[in-house]
Amino acid sequence: MADSHSVIGTKNKKGQTFTDTWTMMNDAPRTPSFFTGSEVIKEALRRASCDVMIAYPITPQSEAAALIGELFAEGYIGDYFRGESEFAVMSQCAGAAFGGARVFTTTAGPGTMRAMENFPMWSGARLPIQMIVTCRGINSPLSIQPDTLEIAYLLNTGMLVWHAETAQDFFDWILKGYMVSEEPDVHLPLALCCDGFFVTHTKDVVNLTPADMCLPPYDPYRSPVPCMDMECPPVRMMRDPFVMKSNYISYATHASWQQEVWAAVERSRKHTIKWINGLIETENTDAEVIIVSSGTAVSQGREAIRLLEDEGIRCGLVKIKSLRPWPGEEIREATKNAKHIIVPEFNVTGWLAKEIKATIPNSDRVNAGPRVCGGMTMPPEIIVSEIKNLLGMRSMSMAGRGG
Amino acid sequence: MSKERIKISDDLYDIMPSDYQDLVKSATYGKEDRGWKDIGNSKELIEQHSLCAGCPESMAFRYILASLPNPEDTVMVGSTGCTSLVFPMVAVHNIHSLFGNQNAIASGLKRALSVRFPGRTKDVVVLAGDGATVDIGLDMTLQAWFRQEKFTTICFDNELYANTGGQESGLMQKGFVAKMAPVGKLFDKVRLPEIARESGCHYVVQCTVSKPSLVEKVVRNAVMISREIGPTYLQLYTPCILEIGKNSMEGLQEMRDSEKPTERFAYKEYMSEPAKQLLAEIAAKDKEKKAAAKQLASQGA
Repeated sequence: MADSHSVIGTKNKKGQTFTDTWTMMNDAPRTPSFFTGSEVIKEALRRASCDVMIAYPITPQSEAAALIGELFAEGYIGDYFRGESEFAVMSQCAGAAFGGARVFTTTAGPGTMRAMENFPMWSGARLPIQMIVTCRGINSPLSIQPDTLEIAYLLNTGMLVWHAETAQDFFDWILKGYMVSEEPDVHLPLALCCDGFFVTHTKDVVNLTPADMCLPPYDPYRSPVPCMDMECPPVRMMRDPFVMKSNYISYATHASWQQEVWAAVERSRKHTIKWINGLIETENTDAEVIIVSSGTAVSQGREAIRLLEDEGIRCGLVKIKSLRPWPGEEIREATKNAKHIIVPEFNVTGWLAKEIKATIPNSDRVNAGPRVCGGMTMPPEIIVSEIKNLLGMRSMSMAGRGG
Repeated sequence: MSKERIKISDDLYDIMPSDYQDLVKSATYGKEDRGWKDIGNSKELIEQHSLCAGCPESMAFRYILASLPNPEDTVMVGSTGCTSLVFPMVAVHNIHSLFGNQNAIASGLKRALSVRFPGRTKDVVVLAGDGATVDIGLDMTLQAWFRQEKFTTICFDNELYANTGGQESGLMQKGFVAKMAPVGKLFDKVRLPEIARESGCHYVVQCTVSKPSLVEKVVRNAVMISREIGPTYLQLYTPCILEIGKNSMEGLQEMRDSEKPTERFAYKEYMSEPAKQLLAEIAAKDKEKKAAAKQLASQGA
């Protein structure tokens, strides 16, 4: 069987050096670069030793998907093509991963929903595919604007789900994500989500690792399930397929398989903590008021905290980085002193607030909002206003909101 | 996969399942002229099956597996339906993921294998029912052909949804009364062989599985052409005797009746020019080989 470590220090066909990922991500020099989120995805992929990328156009991920095509043309990606729909693309990704490839794709909103049948299949088949979700509205009438509702649907697929706040998160987590996903005791797909446009189409300074370093290649034989390449003996899997049987053994088989997928999500916890430095980040958790959120709602929370500080109101922050595995213990600890927990979200249902309420004691401390949706921006002032109202203070009335 | 890979350590031989011992001892992995005549003389690559007694699909499975030119480096892709009850017992790697996405899976798989094993032959063969191929999966079936993906698509055409209990399918004959077609199917059997030709398949055959030698020939041709040139398509009539009201022993006769020149499963074949050339080259090489063997034998005598 191939030993991926043996290639460390050797060069790939593009002259990049296969580098130990920890060294590459933590010790190698970084170059500040001014890029859009889409360009950052391309730069991460340049360094990812990716075998197969499959693309399909949907705003706001089309640019990133096309830029990776340029990488393929330059010889950095093994194979690349445009599929015919997201459902097909996610199945093509599965086929490539079944065949032992490191696979990457990008999707958004309605496309993610169209492909949904594939995601529990990916987890069940233990395929460590990485999928970027540049969140956008899934509602009718048609919208292309930022809205994080599709994340709620991904939370129960058995995939790992991370929510990036910035382009820097994105760059680092794409590369680190493969390290977590491909661990033999995890071996699950990763949905790496960000808020469309806010992250993909804005420019930011991102510190890049050297372009002449790349990840060690994926070793498909470090896997809990056989790679479908006819390089290991085929086995007769079962006497009778369980799909047709209505008996205890059949139920027990399916039940234990599902439990194993979710146990693998749990086992990813230690790797995730190691690679992205904890499932959450916190600031001032001794404050009475704490903003808890994920994605760019965290950035708006930071601005709100700055505005509140100007008025002498101290407010803490919890940035949730990983939604699956879910940082339940971390959130309980970080919010134990809080009287008010504010959960700003870019979606109409408030799925994150519901998750948090189900996690902490005295869940009436959770204020499920402010929420915006359908592409609305979230001015920090509405978070400030929400907090001041909770504290019984007068706040400036917001245009169009009455009060 | 080298045959060395499946060898059993002497120390562990007695604890290996007998199926596996047989596979190592007498399977036809690596045998160049393997074919339907090996059935009965060797360990087959299909181990029992849970299909109905007398199901023509089970015959088709055995013939196809006996005919694959390179089973030790072939990965098969299935779909949901009766075929998915057989694949777990097949001694080649096989993938079942969802209903209808088989040609999408195969597209990704073939490309991954090409990236990972440059210069080596890894065949991919899709085998799915008519519901998967023509109804729910038609988009992905056709798009794989448009893209000229290099694998073979085999459709087991039983003209209905058998596994779910006999519902109307696109390949069902017009007028046939079935579940979900309570007054008879209102439109014609979809002409997928013709659509396959127009969609870029280089080799298209429609036939029944009444003759194992014919199945062997078309499977070998389809796999060789897809390996070298582009997509190929086989549509094989495997009647669901249960759903058309026949008895276990009547499947063969049903196929013979349906393949008469005036019937809907009369032998049909389309081939592209490059495919014709390739088959001619293969035939010439085979002839040369046979002549050389004959000469060697006569010298020996």
